[in-house]
Amino acid sequence: MKLYEIAHSRAGDKGNISTLSLIPYDESDFQKLCEKVTVKKVKEHLGKIVRGEIKRYEMPNISSLLFVCQNALAGGVTTSLALDSHGKTLSSALLEMEI
Amino acid sequence: MKQKIRIGCGAGFSGDRLEPALILAEKGELDYLVLECLAERTIGLAQKRKMANPELGYDPLLERRITSLLPILVKNKVKLISNMGAANPLAAIHKIQEIALKLDLRIKIAAVTGDDVFSKIDKKSEALENGIRLENNGDLLAANAYLGVEGILEGLKSEAQIIITGRVADPSLFLAPMIHELGWNIEDFELLGKGTVIGHLMECAGQITGGYFADPIKKPVNKMEILGHPIATVSIDGSAIISKVNGTGGIINLQTIKEQLLYEVINPHAYYTPDVSADFTNVYLEDLGENQVKINGGGGSQKPTNLKVSVAYKAFFLGEGEISYAGTGALERSKLAGEIIEKRLKGIVDEIRIDYLGINSMHNGQFKNESVPYEIRLRIAAKAKSKADAERVGEEVEALYTNGPAGGGGVRKYVNEVVGIVSTMIDRNKIELKITTLNA
Repeated sequence: MKLYEIAHSRAGDKGNISTLSLIPYDESDFQKLCEKVTVKKVKEHLGKIVRGEIKRYEMPNISSLLFVCQNALAGGVTTSLALDSHGKTLSSALLEMEI
Repeated sequence: MKQKIRIGCGAGFSGDRLEPALILAEKGELDYLVLECLAERTIGLAQKRKMANPELGYDPLLERRITSLLPILVKNKVKLISNMGAANPLAAIHKIQEIALKLDLRIKIAAVTGDDVFSKIDKKSEALENGIRLENNGDLLAANAYLGVEGILEGLKSEAQIIITGRVADPSLFLAPMIHELGWNIEDFELLGKGTVIGHLMECAGQITGGYFADPIKKPVNKMEILGHPIATVSIDGSAIISKVNGTGGIINLQTIKEQLLYEVINPHAYYTPDVSADFTNVYLEDLGENQVKINGGGGSQKPTNLKVSVAYKAFFLGEGEISYAGTGALERSKLAGEIIEKRLKGIVDEIRIDYLGINSMHNGQFKNESVPYEIRLRIAAKAKSKADAERVGEEVEALYTNGPAGGGGVRKYVNEVVGIVSTMIDRNKIELKITTLNA
C-alpha cells in the first residue's frame, strides 16, 4: 500500500530546506506512521532528491509527522535550475512510499 | 478593549486573486483585512524597479487592489494591514493617498519603514546559508530585516486605517491587531505565541480553505473557482475560530488546518519571529463543522535579540528553451536533442540542466515510470554571466527546428535575470523604525 492511501502531505521551502508534513486521514493511523515512516526509510525513499540530513518531528497533538530535509532543493529556491525550484511536488514524492 | 476581533486574509502572495479580499471586506464582518504580498525575493525585484524609478518599488498590483478595495473598507470601517510597500512603503502610501483623493474618500494612511538595513549590514560578513561573504555572492541589491509588530502597533495607535509595510514577518501582520485590540502585553510571550500560531495559519490565505489542498481522489474540494479566503475570530485568551464567508468555495476542516500549521516550519518547538519563539507542539484543533475549526493552545517564549535579514543579490542570467517530441521514439529524439544542445552550449554557459518533462523533471528519476509517455517536452535551463549568453540557450533550442532530430515542435524560450537571496542577522537595536502618516 502507498502512503497516499492513508495520509496526505504538504511541502514547504526555506532556502535549500524542504519541509514535508505527513498527516493521516484517520488519526488512529498516527502510531502506524510513526513506526513505518522512519527517517531511514524517508532517506532511502528520497535518496536522489534529499542530499542532507533529515529530522523527524512527532506531533501527537495533531497526530502528524513533520520531516525537515536539509539540502533538498538543488541549491535553494532562488538559484536552482530545477523547474520546480520550491520542491512543491515533493509532497507527492513522499506519498509514493510503499508501507 | 475588545473581547474578540475578526481578521481576514485576502491575499497570500503578491500574485493572489483580487476578489477574495473584496468578498471578505464586503461580507466578512471584519475588523481587519490583511494582504500578505511579499515572498522572499519579491523585495529584491521591487528594489530593482525602485532603482529604475524612485516612485515605484511597491507591489505591482497595489493600485488595482486598493482602487477596488478602498470604498468597501471605508464603508464597512475595516482597517487594512499589508506589506505591499515592498521596497518603497513611502511611495506606496503616496499612491494610496492619490487613489483616495480621486475616489473622494477620507482616510489616514501610515507607512512603516526601517526594514531597509542595506547601509547597516557588514557586507564582508558570511552568509548564513553558504559561509560565503555577502558581497562575494554577487552584486548586492537590497538587505531587509524582518520586523515584528512594533511599527504596525505605532501605526494603529496613530489611528491610521491603512498601514503599509515593507519586510515584516508574515505572522506579525496578524499579531499586531490582536495585541492592539485585545490589550495583550507585548512581553506576554505565551499569548504572543498563540497569536503567532493564528497568524501563521492565516498568512497563506487560500492555503487553509482548501486551496493547494484539493485532490479529486482523496481530498475533494467544492467550487475552487470561487475559493473563499479565511477569517480568524480571535478571542482575548488567544484561541481562535477559522472560518470563511458563507457561499464561497473551498473547505475548512482538521486536514486543511494541519497542512497549513506545518507548512514551512523548520522546528515546531521554536518557530522564531521577531516577536516571539512560538511553540506549535501544544496546539489543539476542534472541528466545529460547517467550515469552522477552533484553534486552542500554542504558546511561546522570549523573542530573539537578533533579527533575520534577507540579502538580495544579482545571481546570474537564466536561459531556458523548450521543445516537444511525440510518438514512437519521442524519448530517443529528445535525448539526441539534449546531447546536441549540451555540445553547442559548452563553454558558453556555466551550468546546464536537461529535463525530459514527463520522465524526470521533478524528482531526479527517483521513481521510475514503466511506460514512456506518448509525448515528451525537452527543457534546457542554464546559468550564464551575461544576458546575451543566456539568450543562446533558447536560440540553440529554436535552431533544432532545421538542424535537430525529426519532428520537434512548440519551441518556447525565456531569459530572466535571477535575484538570489542569502541571509544574515542584525542586532534589533540597530533598526531605526519610523512611521510616516498621510491624510486623504
